[in-house]
This record gives sequence, structure tokens and C-alpha cells, in this order.
Amino acid sequence: MRYSGFRVIAEALTGHKGWKPVWRDPTPQAEYDYIIIGGGGHGLATAYYLAKEFKQSRIAVLEKGYLGGGNVGRNTTIIRSNYLLDGNEPFYEFSLKLWEGLEQDFNYNAMVSQRGIINLIHTDAQRDAATRRGNAMIMHGADARLLSRDEVRQMYPWLNFDNARFPIKGALMQPRGGTVRHDAVAWGYARGADQRGVDLIQNCEVTGMRIENGRIKGVETTRGYIGAKKVGVAVAGSSSKVMAHAGMRLPIESHVLQAFVSEGLKPLIDGVMTFGAGHFYVSQSDKGGLVFGGDIDGYNSYAQRGNLPVIEDVAEGGMALMPAIGRVRLLRTWGGIMDMSMDGSPFIDKTHVEGLYFNGGWCYGGFKATPASGWCFAHLMAKDEPHKTATAYRLDRFRKGLMIDEKGQGAQPNLH
Amino acid sequence: MIIHHPILGPRDAQEFVYLGDASLIDRPDGMTAGVEEFHDYLYQRTNPAGEHQELWYHEQGDRSWLVVTRNTVTHEITKVELARDVARARGRTK
Amino acid sequence: MSQSNRITGGQIDRTKTLRFTFDGIPYQGHPGDTLASALLANGVRLMGRSFKYHRPRGPISSGSEEPNAIVELRTGGRQEPNTRATVAELFDGLTANSQNRWPSLRFDAMGINDKLSTFFAAGFYYKTFMWPKSFWEKLYEPIIRRAAGLGSVTREEDPDDYDKGFLHCDLLIIGAGPTGLMAALTAGRAGKRVILADEDFRMGGRLNAETYAIGNTPGADWAAAMVAELATMPNLRLMTRTTVIGAFDHGIYGAVERVSDHLPTPAKGKPRQVLWRIYAGKAILAGGATERPIAFENNDRPGIMMAGALRAYANRWGVAVGQRVAVFTNNDDGIRTALDLKAKGVDVVAVIDSRQGGDLLPGVRHLQGAEVIDTSGKLGLSSITVRQTNGRSETIAVDALGVSGGWNPNVNIHSHHRSRPVYDASIAAFVPGPEGPPGLLVAGAAAGHMSTHAALKTGRDAAIAALDLGSAPDLPQAEDAPVRVSPLWYVHHGKGRAWVDQQNDVTVKDVKLAKQENFTSVEHLKRYTTLGMATDQGKTSNVIGLAIMAELTGRSIPETGTTIYRPPYTPVAMGALAGRSRGKEFKPFRLTPSHHWAKEQGAIFVEVGNWLRTQWVPKAGETEWRQSVDREVLATRKSVGICDVTTLGKIDIQGTDAGAFLDKVYANTFSTLAVGKCRYGLMLREDGIVFDDGTTARMGENEYVMTTTTANAVTVFRHLEFCRQCLWPEMDVQLISTTEAWAQFSVAGPNARKLLQKIVDQDISDAAFPYMGAGNITVCGGLRARLFRISFSGELAYEIAVPTRYGDSLLREMLARGAEFDPIVYGTEALGVMRIEKGHVAGGELNGQSTALNMGLGKMVSKKKDSIGMVLSQREGMVQDNGYRLVGVKPVNPQAKLTAGSHFLEKGAAPVAANDGGWLTSKVYSPHLGCDIALGYLKGGDKKIGQRMRIVNLLAGLDTEVEIISPQMFDPEGERLRG
Repeated sequence: MRYSGFRVIAEALTGHKGWKPVWRDPTPQAEYDYIIIGGGGHGLATAYYLAKEFKQSRIAVLEKGYLGGGNVGRNTTIIRSNYLLDGNEPFYEFSLKLWEGLEQDFNYNAMVSQRGIINLIHTDAQRDAATRRGNAMIMHGADARLLSRDEVRQMYPWLNFDNARFPIKGALMQPRGGTVRHDAVAWGYARGADQRGVDLIQNCEVTGMRIENGRIKGVETTRGYIGAKKVGVAVAGSSSKVMAHAGMRLPIESHVLQAFVSEGLKPLIDGVMTFGAGHFYVSQSDKGGLVFGGDIDGYNSYAQRGNLPVIEDVAEGGMALMPAIGRVRLLRTWGGIMDMSMDGSPFIDKTHVEGLYFNGGWCYGGFKATPASGWCFAHLMAKDEPHKTATAYRLDRFRKGLMIDEKGQGAQPNLH
Repeated sequence: MIIHHPILGPRDAQEFVYLGDASLIDRPDGMTAGVEEFHDYLYQRTNPAGEHQELWYHEQGDRSWLVVTRNTVTHEITKVELARDVARARGRTK
Repeated sequence: MSQSNRITGGQIDRTKTLRFTFDGIPYQGHPGDTLASALLANGVRLMGRSFKYHRPRGPISSGSEEPNAIVELRTGGRQEPNTRATVAELFDGLTANSQNRWPSLRFDAMGINDKLSTFFAAGFYYKTFMWPKSFWEKLYEPIIRRAAGLGSVTREEDPDDYDKGFLHCDLLIIGAGPTGLMAALTAGRAGKRVILADEDFRMGGRLNAETYAIGNTPGADWAAAMVAELATMPNLRLMTRTTVIGAFDHGIYGAVERVSDHLPTPAKGKPRQVLWRIYAGKAILAGGATERPIAFENNDRPGIMMAGALRAYANRWGVAVGQRVAVFTNNDDGIRTALDLKAKGVDVVAVIDSRQGGDLLPGVRHLQGAEVIDTSGKLGLSSITVRQTNGRSETIAVDALGVSGGWNPNVNIHSHHRSRPVYDASIAAFVPGPEGPPGLLVAGAAAGHMSTHAALKTGRDAAIAALDLGSAPDLPQAEDAPVRVSPLWYVHHGKGRAWVDQQNDVTVKDVKLAKQENFTSVEHLKRYTTLGMATDQGKTSNVIGLAIMAELTGRSIPETGTTIYRPPYTPVAMGALAGRSRGKEFKPFRLTPSHHWAKEQGAIFVEVGNWLRTQWVPKAGETEWRQSVDREVLATRKSVGICDVTTLGKIDIQGTDAGAFLDKVYANTFSTLAVGKCRYGLMLREDGIVFDDGTTARMGENEYVMTTTTANAVTVFRHLEFCRQCLWPEMDVQLISTTEAWAQFSVAGPNARKLLQKIVDQDISDAAFPYMGAGNITVCGGLRARLFRISFSGELAYEIAVPTRYGDSLLREMLARGAEFDPIVYGTEALGVMRIEKGHVAGGELNGQSTALNMGLGKMVSKKKDSIGMVLSQREGMVQDNGYRLVGVKPVNPQAKLTAGSHFLEKGAAPVAANDGGWLTSKVYSPHLGCDIALGYLKGGDKKIGQRMRIVNLLAGLDTEVEIISPQMFDPEGERLRG
């Protein structure tokens, strides 16, 4: 079924009786060519592109809970490609370009909205770093602008310009940055994959892997054994748990990141903004809530919930930047498990087990990567070679000293 | 969270700085170990969902490094030791 | 119309009158009123509009769960969007306005959405607005964004203060209804430290809204007496207007006390609100229960509310919401409303009871097996249509309808650790599951014990269990009626809309559509329809929504399950969470010892982390910052300049293994350093990247003084403690940070020695105190001090340190006693100019991504000893021949400007990543070289010295030809610093 304005009107006039299930609930088959473990954004995108772009079939996605229930369903919805390093920028720019055509591609309105992102600058050193980054972005085909203090003030005159502990001195802007309706991304990919014959199997947790002579044979699940020629793992915060089934330890720690939304408000902030002198970033959803976040709690956790100090820290950053939001109310906090890697950058790679592939280490930045991650993972699984924008995302890069450390924090995941 | 410091008693976790897995105590000797061993030491993590021994530093306190045994699913803390004692018990010397 | 709906009784003070306005119209109420109760007393039912369809709405509750009656309170910087009228305490002069309507609440043009609602079914926007592609951002989305949102935000700074505090107790009791009061009495009499917190401004919970007695006393009076007794106990803290917002780890609870929200403005010196972090040994959740609606067609008109709210307005606030009232219930509690209202003289025209059988109520038209199937009334309820058990429909004129679908225990806080509540069919509701936050017990209605007797008993028993008490007070007599409820989630009838989530306009149809499209998981239901995402977070809607989905899918309610409960319990003002950390007080200021002197001189300061450092010190007549900085540089290189370098980290390292320890933590060797000498040290992280640098001096056989960069003072110290305690625990080495203990100044320039000799008591001639010398000295006739002959500027230079409290005096003394040399004080800008002229690395180069090799310091990493980072610095990717190398850069045309962050390109190369040669890390204007100069990391830069390249800054459209030069751009032989 194809969605369109005409269809919406036609259905409205006939009592919405014609809408079909967005996806089936298939029973797992005995064997597939491809099994993707993880029905989040990356896993669903991988299945979608495997079927659509790489013309593969006999594909299943195994999800232990409900589709889109991981970080794709609990992030702060930002898309951008304002990365610095050669290992990252081409990939994220590829991703942004995929976002730009995504809705027409999968026929679902995920509300991709490029209202711009600004990273505020508070010191000369930050301006220097922003200049380096902005130039790197442009050289990789992305867009970037350096805004003066006055230009920022024109945009958001009610920010704290006159009584700030760390004055705003400008901003690095990516006009093509923006937000996307996060759940709709999962649903759009799921629907597109389902339409192309992919079996999306919910409530199906992988409990083991069958590996014979160094080759993957299939997976044990709560719904029985399922054979597979190739298995791809895209489970974010659960990466270490799942890859342990293949005897692997990873350069990843799982951490909790909290996120926040305010009550609905009339328009206040058009684009996305990050505070350069505190742990705070914010955008406003189409529904009106301020969607914001800050730092990870900082300790290993699988609890999917955080603690008060970070809630306070984020609120402090918010109030320091936006003194008018004192009476705006925080509506909800939540937490997700971040697959924090040792250099803050991800992995899309083969493993020592033939036919077993790994996608993870996205830290708290996986949402914006969803289309390219799916595309590149599908590319790797279908062709057994990395996509040209994802060649740096190797599991052996630490052995070789080829870290992709955007923040320069070294091998301490909670600092990235 | 509250960490029961072996010397100072219950302290708010905000007084501490977190480092990570207490396996970071087990640093190989650079004169005998090579890249492979240091790679495993510095980069590879078990990252368990469950009991985890981890290093916390009492920065806003007495500057002790502690080894805290904490469950990463429930956040329950079952044991807190001075990291120096743990390091000695693991045979670390000069 | 003055309080036309006011009836007798209630806990309001009728002797005082409060004036307030709503949408500009003046009204009157009394102390004890909420905005909602006062408006209802004045006959105002219409208080808001719904989010999507802009349907007229009035309050459906009398508490913090209210989804409909939300307004903008106050004006100016205090304007407060989305305030629930049902909990806003009335004060004299209160100003409230309706929101999310245009041009007025009664005539809202956006009400057109309601007429078009069939086109706005759940999730319709996911299926359209895709063509043409560019229209989403240019047309559709801007319209949606403008229409969306509820209240509006002021652009002014919030003028009120917020505070934070810590509280500790043996027992925290959340909720001061009968359960909480009994728990508090039990624990209080046992002498335990107890905090009793309630979100209401009056303790007593439902007792204030009910008529039944405890013992021989009306419930509200019993509660008041109990509160009075508790108030006499010094071990008990009673906190009204205090909402416990969340249960966090290890018995820590967050709570917000609304100190001043019931006042026109906070009293002088008082905050608006306080965020309390409560450290509780044990806690009891006694948060009661929330009544839930039944979905039926047009169940959202003003005048329709929860049956319990209807009687709360009558009993607690003396307000008859309507003159002709009906009740629609599926349980016995709804019956109470009819009886209470009747007793108050209100005309109860019908009780529509969905249940069959049982006794008929005397004196009231009691329709059993009947359901309300529709309502009418444009801006408020005027009639209901009832389908009786025989199938006949009847329209009954009413202006208020109480609805009761049963009560949901307030399990939220118990579920904050993600434990799921379990379904209890006997009360048709979810109750707390077996596992909640450790140490948190649940009692009373929150645990599903719905009678007053059960509340008192379980409250007492929970306190006994929590604190392991031996004795306990006797229980007073109280009603112990069983819960008799027959689940009814929605009325099966017709094709109209029946609201499930009133604020977000989610109807039964939307739930059905979600089912039809296979969004059947409760999470999918929520996310697809927005059910439960309104400001009440589903308190009034979630359970019926999931129950309807259960029915549609043929699953049981327990199988269907709930979504996750998250903090905060009710929405919390951002100001309260931020407290005092805002404006200039966002972070503490660290001031250098010379700060006061510099301020006197009109110095310009710059934020360096939390430090404020002198950036430059303008002299009279200097209008451009460059004039001051150039002068400071030239004067220093010509004679002598002084710079406050106290911000550098300083660490004393002592012990017989101090030298061996330094050999471990530095890439180069320190154990061989002679006593009385300094050495430049390079510190790596274990991954082989440069961590920090600085000079370390050997002050004695077993005593070293390390300096770190300003930025890394804290992290280096932490790292050294890690090495000392965790890696080499048997080493005899002790550390202490002395960053704050010593005021330290750099004294640089050809006359540095001469100036210093005027205050230093000892001989500091070149022979007595050679280059890289270090030692303990005295100044000004005996004050202990430290002197290091080190240079960051390339000049003959020293760093001199005195105890911090003498820092200000030392600077003044040096300037006074050395006046003949015309000493100047230079700031961080001149410091930067001189260090870049000398090619010394600092912030821009020490970026956490660079190796010693990149910095041209590769030879400093000793392979003869084990040190942190040594092994991993040798990985193949980090020792490439053509890697980044530090270079100096100057423009071919001396007039041309450079910008830090610009990238290197070969001549003729296109500005694309494949040609990217590296970037400029730091740039200054060198008054000696008469042009901009810069440092940069250039691929293979060590082989490109002398070549010409281009520097491009694509952000500014700059493309400049430059010469690659040695980083040592000034006095490369170092003659001056040895002078």
C-alpha cells in the first residue's frame, strides 16, 4: 500500500477502513540467508537496504522486544554531519544525504527537517576548533558556516548574551542539520523492509550462536533455533552481551544516557543548538516540547535509567544558556543504553567468525547515522567488503593505532 | 548513588570520578609486553550486564581510588575496597 | 456573577476574599481555593482547549493529574505556561490566561480542526506531506509548528531564585493522606527521623474531599488533628507543597517544594522553589490513587469530570459544579458522589450504573445496566444520552456529569526503576509489582488497598516493617468498604469520537486504527497515537488505552502490559532543577592572586576553564586590543614582563621512589635529573597520545615539583594518583596538589634577573642559578619562595612562587622595586604570542589527538624504560613517515592574515578532503616578525620546511600563500634564554 495525501483523504472519507498493517507478524522460518539481530533503527535499515539496494532476499530481523524500541525510539532526534575527522565525515555526510531523500525512498513521512544546527562558541580556542571543523566539513562536501555573536543574537535574542558566565562568541552552523521524527524512522524502514519480504520477528531474543568450524550456522532464540548463512549484529547497548555468544570481547562499554522533554510550548527554538560551555543541547519538536540532553551519567550501566545529578547538570546548562526557561517544566526523563566505544567512533566490520558481522559502538550518536549505517552494513554483508565511506570503522583499528577520536579523550568511553 | 567508602563511610557518588573496569589495574609491563597485550588491556572490555568491578576516584574527598563492585543492571553496590589493597592483592608491586 | 456555584461547607476561608482574573475577567474566590475551584465557583467551566482539535475543555480532576484545565499563569518574566488550574493555589491578584486558542477561548479559530478531525486520524502525518519534497520544510512543517504547542514561553529572564538542599531521614513518607499520616504517626512516635511530604498545600489527601468519619471525627478534621500532633514532634518534618518527583538509586529521592507559588511574589530572600535531594533509609509510597474515566462519545465537554473530583469540589471547596448533575459509574465509589452531592442539596438527576443487579439507591434515579452513549453542549455540557438496559435511549438535561471508571493506584514512583506494575483483577487496576526500588514500601491506595481502614492499617504496618518497630499506635475506626467494580473501559456505541487521552485528542477510534495497522504493542500504541504523552503523562488515559487495545487484540490486560513510568512524577520547573547555577553563578570563578591588581588596572579578563585570567592590560590611549598586546610583547622582549601563571597545575611529589615514579609517568627520564634542576617533561596517555607537558624540578633527593598545563591540572593529578595507588602500590611516593597553595609568576625579559635580584634574598646570578635551575629561596627578607629558571617566552625568564596569600604583594613589590626597568604585566594574549614565536606547544597543539612525533618531540619518548603510553605510541598507525608534523607558518605577503583552523593545501590543489594537508593550530600577530605567524600540523611537514603552500579558510573565503618554516620562529638558537 502506497501512502499519499490522496490516500489519506480517501481513507478519511471512507472511515479509515482500508489501512493495512504496517508490517506482518510472521512466524520464523527454519533458515534465512541473512539474519539481522536487533530491530532498532540500524537493524531495520540494514534489512531494508539489503532487500532494496542489494537485491538480497530471505532476510529476517530478530528483535527481543518491539520494533524500534531501542535507542531509535528514545533519542533526541538530531541529524547532522558536522564531524571533524576523515574517518567519520564522509560517512556522516553520506548519511545526511540519505536522510535528505529518505521519505520519498521509503514512502513514509519521517519529518526530516533541516532547520539547522548551531554549536555555540564561547572561547577563542573553540572558534579555532570550529574553524578547523567547518573547513573539514566543506572539504568533504558538507555545509558549514561560522556565525558571529551578532548573527547568533539575531537568531535567538533571548539567549544569555549579557549576563553569561561564559559569553557566547559565535557559533558553527550546519544549515542542513536538523531533526527527524525518530519513531517514524524505525517504522518507515520496517514497513519498507516488510513490503520487500523481510520477516520482522518481534519478541524474539537471541540466546546463543551456533558456530561450526569458524563459520556461523545460525542463532538460538527464545523462539527456537533459526539457521542463517550470514548474521549481522546491530544491537547498540547490548553489543557486548550478544557478541559474547561468539566468544568476543569488544572495545565497548555500555553507559546510560538520559534525555529530556518539556511540556508542549509555542515555538521558541527553530533549529538545534548545543551549548559550548556546559552539557546541554536542545531542539523543539514539531509537537512543541523542548527536547534536550547533556552528558552521559558516566558509569557502566544497563539499567536504562539514570540519576539526579545529571538531570540537574543538564538543567543548569539549560538555564545558563536560556534564562527564560525557568518556569518551563520538565515533563519526562528517560534513559537508554549507549554502546560507548574506546574512541567515540563506531564499528561496521566483519569478525573472526565467517559470516558474522558487527555493527556497533555508536556511542550517543547513532541516530543520525541510521541510514548510512544500514546502507554500509548491508553493503558489507552483501559484498563482503566495506562501503567506501565506512572503511575506517574496523575492529582492529586500536591494534593499529588508527583511532578516530573526535574529542581527543583517549581510551575512556565515558569521556567521549 | 551512594558509595560506602571503606575509610570515610557513605559518600554521595557525586564526590567521585568514574574511570571504568577495575581490570585497568592489571597493566602489563612495558618492558616485556607488546602492543597486543597492551591493546587487550587498554581497549577490550567484558562489559558485563551484572556484577562489575570498577574504579572510582574520590576526587572531592580523600583522593582514594576505590574498587567498587556494582551491578550494572540494578546499580546495587555489594563491595567497596581501596584500590591499593586490591592492586597489592593482585600482586602489583613497584 | 459572583461565586454563583458556591455551596456550603468546605475547607475555604470565607472570611477573606481573593480577587483574580482569568482571560482578563475579574473573579473572586477564597483562601483554600485552587484556580479551578474558584473558577468553578464562579460558574466558569471552560478553561482550555485540547491540543489537536482545539475542543473546549474544563477540568476533569481536582488534582495534579489534570490534563485539560491548563493555563498560563502570571505575566512578564514570571509567565508560567501549562499550569494546572486544579493545583494552582489562589492568591490575591492572580492573573491567568487561557492558552492554545485564537482569538479567544470561546471562539477559537483552530476549532476548525475538530470539524476536519476525520482527516487527522492517528499518525496521518506519517502518510502524507511528502510531495513535493521541498514543501515539508517550506510549507507543511512551519504551519504545523505554529499550530502546535500549548502555552507560550516568556523571553524574559525568570526573576525568581531557586535553591537546592539535602535532607536525610530514616523514613520518607510520600503522600499525607490517611496512609501517610498513620505511617508518620507510627514512625514519629517511635522517635525516628521522618519526612512526610505531600504535593498538596493541605495534608489529608482524600480525607479532605470525603465526608466519612474516622473514629467519631469527620475525616478532614481527623487529618487536621493528626497534622497538628505530628507538627509537635521534633523528629518529624512536615513538607506540604512538596512533590516527590522520582526515586533514584540507593534511597535518594528528588523532591520539589513550591515555597512561594501560592504568593504573588516570593518573600524577600526566599526562593520560588527548592529542589530537595532526600537521602532516605527507607521510604513509603502512600501516594493514593487516581480515578480513571470511561471513554464514551463526546466525553470531553466542560462539565464532565471524574466523579471523585465532582464530590471533592463539593466537599472540600464548597462548589457545586452543576445545578443538575448525573453520575456515570462502573463501581461503588461513583455512587458516593451521588450521595454526597444529594446530601449537599444538589439535584442529582440520575445515576447511570453500568452494572446490573444489586440494590437500587433510595431517592435517586438509579439506572442499572445503563451507559452514557453521547453528550451535547457547545462550550459545556447541556445533556447526556443514556442507553438503558432495555436498549432504549434517553436524553437527560444535565450541566455536570461525574464519571468513575475505577481508581488506578499511583504506582509511578515505585516503577521508576523500571519494574512493571501487575494487574489486580479484583480492583480492575495495576498495583505495584514485587520488585521496586530497594527500601521503598507501598501502602494504602497506592498499593491497591482502597478503603480508609486499609489505608490506615497498611500505613501503620508499612512503617513498622520499614523501621522494624516493636510497638505501634492503635487504629481508629474507619470505613472498610470493599471495592466493587465491573471493568468498563469504553462504551461500545456508534461512530462518534470517544476520548481516551483528552489533552492529546486520542480517541477510541485512534486506538482501533493503531490495532488495524498492527501498532499493537503498548509502546507502539503510545508512540503512534501519542496516547499518554500529554502533560499528565497518561495518568488519566494510559490504563484505558491499553485495556482497549487488549480487548481489540484478544490479549489479556496483563499480557498487554503498561508503558514505562519515568521521573518526574509531575512536571518540574527547569529553574528548580538548576537552582543557583545560572547567569554568572553557572560555575564558580577561580581568581588568580593578581586578580585584584589587574582589576585596578582595568585589565581585560578571559575565561580559562573556571579561571579568570588577565588577557591583556590596556594602557591609557590604547583603543585596540592589538596595541596592548603588541606593547606587552615588545616590552617584555626589550626589558621585562611579568605574567601570573598560578593557574598552572602544581604537584609536589615526594618519596624515595619519586624519581622512579616520574620515569613511569613521563615519557622522558627524571630519575637522573640533578637536584636543583628542572626538566621539560612530556606525559603520554596509555594510548600513546600526548596527555600533558610541563616542567618538573627536583628540589631535593626525594622531592620533585611538577607543573602541568592549566587545562589538565586536575586530570593529571587524578592520573598520577591512579598510577600510584593502582599500578605501583608499593612505590614510596606521595603526592599533593599545591596549585592553590602557591602564587606563581613568570618574570621574563633581558632584565628579568636584575628585577628579581631586587626581591630575592639569595644570589641568582647565572653562575649561582643557571638555566633550568630550581630551588627554594626567600624573598623580601625571609619569605619562603620557590624559583625556577624556565622560559616559555624564549627570554631569560624565571618562575617565582610564594605562598598564595603573598601573591598580590609579590607582584606589587616586583613592580615597585623594579620600576627602573619599566616592567609590564602581560596577559594570556602576549603569553600566546611569545610561546608561538618560540614554537612551544599549548592548547591548540595539545588537542588529545597528537603524538610526540606529531609535535616533533618523538625522540623524547624513551624506550629504555617502561612508561605510560610508551608501548602503544609505537603502533603502526602512529609512526607513519608522512604523518602530521608541527610546523611554523607565515604568509608570503606580510600583510596577509592567517586564521587558526585554516587548512593546508598545495598550490593549485582543489579544496577537497583528498588534498587536505592539515590545519593551523594557533595563530598570532608577531610584532617582531611584523606579520601573522602560526603553528600547524602539516602532513610530512618536517620535510616541507621552506616550501610554499596555501592556507584556506573556506568559511571566510580566504586563500593565502604561506611559507612553511621551523616552529622556532624567534631566536631559534635560544641565545636569549640562556643570557
